[in-house]
Amino acid sequence: MAKVIFNEDLCKGCELCVNACPKKIIEMDMSKINVKGYYPATVKSENMDKCIGCAFCAMMCPDTVITVIK
Amino acid sequence: MAVVFEKTKGLTDVPFSYCPGCTHGIIHRLVAEAMEELGVLDKAIGVASVGCSVFAYEFFNCDMQQAAHGRAPAVATGIKRVHPDKVVFTYQGDGDLAAIGTAEIVHAAARGENITVIFVNNANYGMTGGQMAPTTLIGQETLTTPYGRKAEVNGYPIRMSEMLSTLEGVAYIERTAVYDVKHVIQAKKAIKNAFLAQIQKKGFSMIEVLSTCPTNWGMTPVEALKWVKDQMEPYYPLGVYKNTLEEVK
Amino acid sequence: MAKVLMKGNEALAEAAIQAGCRHYFGYPITPQNEVTAYMAKRMPEVGGVFLQAESEVSAINMVYGAGGAGARVMTSTSSPGLSLMQEGISYLAGAQVPCVIVNIMRGGPGLGDIQGAQGDYFQSTKGGGHGDYKLIVLAPSTIQEMADLVQEAFDIADEYRNPVVILGDGMLGQMMEPVDFENVKKTKRNLPEKTWATTGRGNREHRNVINSLYIDPPVLEKHNYVLFEKYKRAEQNEVRYEMVNCDDAEVILVAYGTMARVAKNVMNIARREGHKVGLIRPISLWPFPKEPFKKTVDQVKGYLVVEMSMGQMVEDVQLATECKKPVHFYGRPAGMIPEPSVMLEKIKQIAGGAR
Repeated sequence: MAKVIFNEDLCKGCELCVNACPKKIIEMDMSKINVKGYYPATVKSENMDKCIGCAFCAMMCPDTVITVIK
Repeated sequence: MAVVFEKTKGLTDVPFSYCPGCTHGIIHRLVAEAMEELGVLDKAIGVASVGCSVFAYEFFNCDMQQAAHGRAPAVATGIKRVHPDKVVFTYQGDGDLAAIGTAEIVHAAARGENITVIFVNNANYGMTGGQMAPTTLIGQETLTTPYGRKAEVNGYPIRMSEMLSTLEGVAYIERTAVYDVKHVIQAKKAIKNAFLAQIQKKGFSMIEVLSTCPTNWGMTPVEALKWVKDQMEPYYPLGVYKNTLEEVK
Repeated sequence: MAKVLMKGNEALAEAAIQAGCRHYFGYPITPQNEVTAYMAKRMPEVGGVFLQAESEVSAINMVYGAGGAGARVMTSTSSPGLSLMQEGISYLAGAQVPCVIVNIMRGGPGLGDIQGAQGDYFQSTKGGGHGDYKLIVLAPSTIQEMADLVQEAFDIADEYRNPVVILGDGMLGQMMEPVDFENVKKTKRNLPEKTWATTGRGNREHRNVINSLYIDPPVLEKHNYVLFEKYKRAEQNEVRYEMVNCDDAEVILVAYGTMARVAKNVMNIARREGHKVGLIRPISLWPFPKEPFKKTVDQVKGYLVVEMSMGQMVEDVQLATECKKPVHFYGRPAGMIPEPSVMLEKIKQIAGGAR
């Protein structure tokens, strides 16, 4: 079972991770705004089990927001 | 649960100053990861140039020097001649390297200076608001080519990797891109090869990385990735232009 | 080696090596080419680095890198070359990188000519680059003094972490005089270790960064004050000058470098003709020696500033004397030498109370 952790306050809402995820489980969290004023990227808890820990999101992230564990 | 991916020790904890989706951030990370994995972080001395990446000296977790616009290869030469056993690299944009710093990069390469140059090509001057750069494509609209770059007025974009690879002193030059994961992985391998060329004392190494500029191109970050693939790559073919490495990892 | 007959350009290069300089970056330009040729031969002999850059712009930035990496480093050039180095020099001062820069001046402006001249006084003493910074500028008038000042310059550069300029001219560079490198009279200094240099971190806790960018104005303001603290210290400790026959002088000649040699002869001739003439020879052009003028302004009828230019140091003399007494000027640009006969004529006019 893999897990993605977002350091939300570093996120600039660029959505490159959303675009890169092969499982299409990343989305922008419209429920809050981070310290920079962006909707941070997130994976809803119910979708986390679909994560395969490929780290594509982390590799495409320009701001080292994402940590992936498996 | 094992960590599959985490932030590299090659970067400080200063957040990047880049626009959302700018792939400078990816390239910084790849350079830092490459140095960490090659175990040279404690021997690395980097030179930041002037442009969007002017604050690179705050991001790379090693000794750094801040150079005047276009002069990073000369500063790096001075450092390398004092510390020939250290790993010296520059991180430059296209305005810095291919315009004002053309003489410095050409002669560093011609001297076979044993340094590694990371050359980020985003086809414009980002920091100053999106002016035309030597790498701006024909027809590309910028702040200073509002009607699209015209060859008869501003000449043609320069392919620096091809040009420099004709010089004897060059050990390794590859042009890469980071518009998808496959290319990010390839770019990291290329960057490691360039550092290896330096470590093996083969001479001058440079990795050109096609990069995005969503803000000045007026696109979303994802559209910008596509523009690199569809518009830039045809004019700037990816690949290894020179390689004298003993064995490529 | 005991006394040896040497050309100025070569003597200054040898002095740099004696001072422990092991990195030199330069570019061809007359009339200082012997420096690069000499360094090209000598540096390998002492395990040093001589590198000819593709331009003076590149050379000064190599100096920046090497100096920032902790080396004793030098470059030499001549007037047009130093113009190309001005941006780099502002960065060197801003990032507090020690180095020695030699300007063997020639006639200007523009391409000018290649004879020795003194038209770059303002460029080095009033800051030719952008921003508030100072360079410690030393002007030798003999080959021995050039060699001594080069050695001193490296120590000053390291103590103040600032570029130091040796301001010579084509004649000093090209002529030969005996030089003794051994007993160099240098100020005793305990120079701090270069813990700030970018040597590669190793297991050093902090990162070293050589930088002049401070994007936050209050931080850059504070940085300017740090630089000017150093300059205040230099004004207290690094002033150098020579005074000759000034005790009873009614007319005082003011000249530096090669021009001071001519002025000294004219002073002796005038003395023989019964005129009470003295000489003030600034050696540090920055910090400019105000002291000798304060001491003499009340007693003299006037000063005669003599330069191989259209008049630049004359303004500093006016400032130093606060124009309490007439400050006359006689100079010739373009490598032409001011005539002793004209100088004598002017001395007589001033002695006769010319306003």
